[in-house]
Amino acid sequence: MIELKNVSKTFTLHNQNSAVIEVLGNVNLTVAPGECVALTGSSGAGKSTLMRMIYGNYLSQSGVISIDGTDLVQAAPRDIIRLRREVLGYVSQFLRVVPRVPTLDVVAQPLRSLGVPAETAENRARDLLSRLNILPSLWSLSPTTFSGGEQQRVNIARGFAHNYPALLLDEPTASLDPTNREVVLTLIEEAKARKSAIIGIFHDEAARSRVCDREIDVSRFTPALAV
Amino acid sequence: MMQDTYNFAYLDEQTKRMIRRAILKGLAIPGYQVPFASREMPMPYGWGTGGVQVSAAVLTPEDRFKVIDQGADDTTNAVSIRSFFERTAGVETTTATEDATVIQTRHRIPEQPLTEDQILVYQVPIPEPLRFLEPRESETRKMHSLEEYGLMHVKLYEDISRHGHIATSYAYPVRVEARYVMDPSPIPKFDNPKLDDNPAIQLFGAGREQRIYALPPYTKVISLDFDDHPFDPSKADQPCGLCGSNESYLDEIIVDDAGNRMFVCSDTDYCEKRQAAGHKGKFAA
Amino acid sequence: MTPLLSVRDVAKHYGPHIGCADVSFDLYPGEVMGIVGESGSGKSTLLNCLAGHLAPDRGEVVFDTRTEGPRDTVTMSEPERRMLGRTDWAFVHQHARDGLRMGVSAGGNVGERLMAVGQRHYGTIRQTATDWLGRVEIDQNRIDDRPTTFSGGMQQRLQIARNLVTGPRLVFMDEPTGGLDVSVQARLLDLLRGLVRDMGLSAIIVTHDLAVVRLLADRLMVMKSGRVVEQGLTDQVLDDPQHAYSQLLVSSVLQV
Repeated sequence: MIELKNVSKTFTLHNQNSAVIEVLGNVNLTVAPGECVALTGSSGAGKSTLMRMIYGNYLSQSGVISIDGTDLVQAAPRDIIRLRREVLGYVSQFLRVVPRVPTLDVVAQPLRSLGVPAETAENRARDLLSRLNILPSLWSLSPTTFSGGEQQRVNIARGFAHNYPALLLDEPTASLDPTNREVVLTLIEEAKARKSAIIGIFHDEAARSRVCDREIDVSRFTPALAV
Repeated sequence: MMQDTYNFAYLDEQTKRMIRRAILKGLAIPGYQVPFASREMPMPYGWGTGGVQVSAAVLTPEDRFKVIDQGADDTTNAVSIRSFFERTAGVETTTATEDATVIQTRHRIPEQPLTEDQILVYQVPIPEPLRFLEPRESETRKMHSLEEYGLMHVKLYEDISRHGHIATSYAYPVRVEARYVMDPSPIPKFDNPKLDDNPAIQLFGAGREQRIYALPPYTKVISLDFDDHPFDPSKADQPCGLCGSNESYLDEIIVDDAGNRMFVCSDTDYCEKRQAAGHKGKFAA
Repeated sequence: MTPLLSVRDVAKHYGPHIGCADVSFDLYPGEVMGIVGESGSGKSTLLNCLAGHLAPDRGEVVFDTRTEGPRDTVTMSEPERRMLGRTDWAFVHQHARDGLRMGVSAGGNVGERLMAVGQRHYGTIRQTATDWLGRVEIDQNRIDDRPTTFSGGMQQRLQIARNLVTGPRLVFMDEPTGGLDVSVQARLLDLLRGLVRDMGLSAIIVTHDLAVVRLLADRLMVMKSGRVVEQGLTDQVLDDPQHAYSQLLVSSVLQV
């Protein structure tokens, strides 16, 4: 489902004498449907960068990032957007939304953009928000005013609204209390059972060992650290 | 004496040729506004300088000339234009619609049906029907040439939304031969049906605006409307107080300080003829 | 799939000065593209060339028309182009007063395009106008009020209703949120997002506000001195800009 071949990433900082920083090189990895792979490595090793490359958010300089048969390195924007809409989900560490949009609409949005009727999409959103213990009284409010933990749970609800065949999770259990952490891990297990291919970053070791089938240390793709 | 000083009908022959060319072009493209080099006339703008130039260009010594102002032969404007052509052209004048060969009019069409032997000359203050909503001349010309007339209906829409019906009661826009939208000059909408299929030649002159347009005989002229708000050429629902006519367009006249009023024909020639034939309204002397 | 708009090598010069040059791209149905750049970068010139308001000096702007398939709008006749301008295209101006008839009621403003394409039933026109005022969150009791009595945000929403009432397929927007309060901007952006999604619109949005394109645009084109220096997926260009100018542009934004 997710396959990376000889992928590399450099940053060219034009405003700092065009310094070229080689961040990742020769990345090769494969994730099969129903498999959950953890990215590990010390801070700065490039876990989040790699995650963003797989999402198409960062441009890869070479190689192939194939998701469901589409090569993200070469794909046109509309193909990446279609892939993100239908196939590839991403739960980032930060919630980014249009101000003033109610929480319920934020969570229902991925389904709405797939053409799911409003009522069906909102029912799914209500179900997820309830499971993640967001009080119904908050659903009609914009999440921009919520606490960090609440925002993170809204973010997770949105990320799991559609059953993506491929899912990227960046610290999904960070800043969550034990109850909600349990809910999120259950959601991940359900996604695996539905044969989603998952790549995650977990600092929470217990969580990692519970849901992940294997670990990949990103440091070995990091030229600066490998030298 | 005047004939020694002025050319026949005041304008020199070159100017008349120029105006006739504009008229011919107007007749060839019914409803299209033809620019012409309007001359200074010995009367202020707004007093019919466009109509006077058109009349001067079409008058021949054999013509019999009639002038009406809001239907009346005896108002200042009508009297002075009539005497202008009596002095500068020496043509016969008349107040009888059926006797006239050229009729210059301000804001009315005579009640008496016109014939193929007659020319009706309208005085036009604002020839551009689209100006109400689009002040740019460059843009309105383009809209005419491309038949983009949605804006005309916006004006009517505004009327209905504000008054519940199309409240435009004069200068009511028309579509000529399914092509040009035309301002019929500020005639009451009651007169609009007379524009259509009229045997006479109808010429429109706007002096200040330097435009001439025309309707050749028997031209199809449709008043714009909506399917659910059809054009209604209504008038005051009264008979004439003097001649009792139920068919003619009426003016409302306040008759005393107590605010009493009566309705009388705006077409004085029509009204007088009916009275002479013995018709009487309830205010008739 | 046929692109809705296919732009090839468009250039516009003002004397020796370059308005825009060497611009080529394809826009597909349902795509929203942002064009960013500083003042004078040529983004408005380009938008006006694409929308038929300016004749480019060279290049093609091929639009996939409903009846005749792809046609070059630069060489098509003016009546055809103007017909597109009031049916399949819409243009949202930065200043609502440039896109509205300020002397005409809100209902008349929305109804104009309907009447322009031959709608002649007052009741139907009014009903459609009422529906559209609701869709852009304007109180339907305001239908007979003139836009001069509206706030800036309401005027902009009215302009959008007036433009979208005939169900266009391509919307050009020139700084649609410029000059509005931040809180009003957010509401307008949300409204635009909803309309774009529900109507399946394609749009080209010119703005210097990177937050606007992040929220509305699928893809992004960065312009400098009349030329496109970078284009790609919106979040990729904003989060991982490749060109020196794009990096400068992104890093110049104040973080809130």
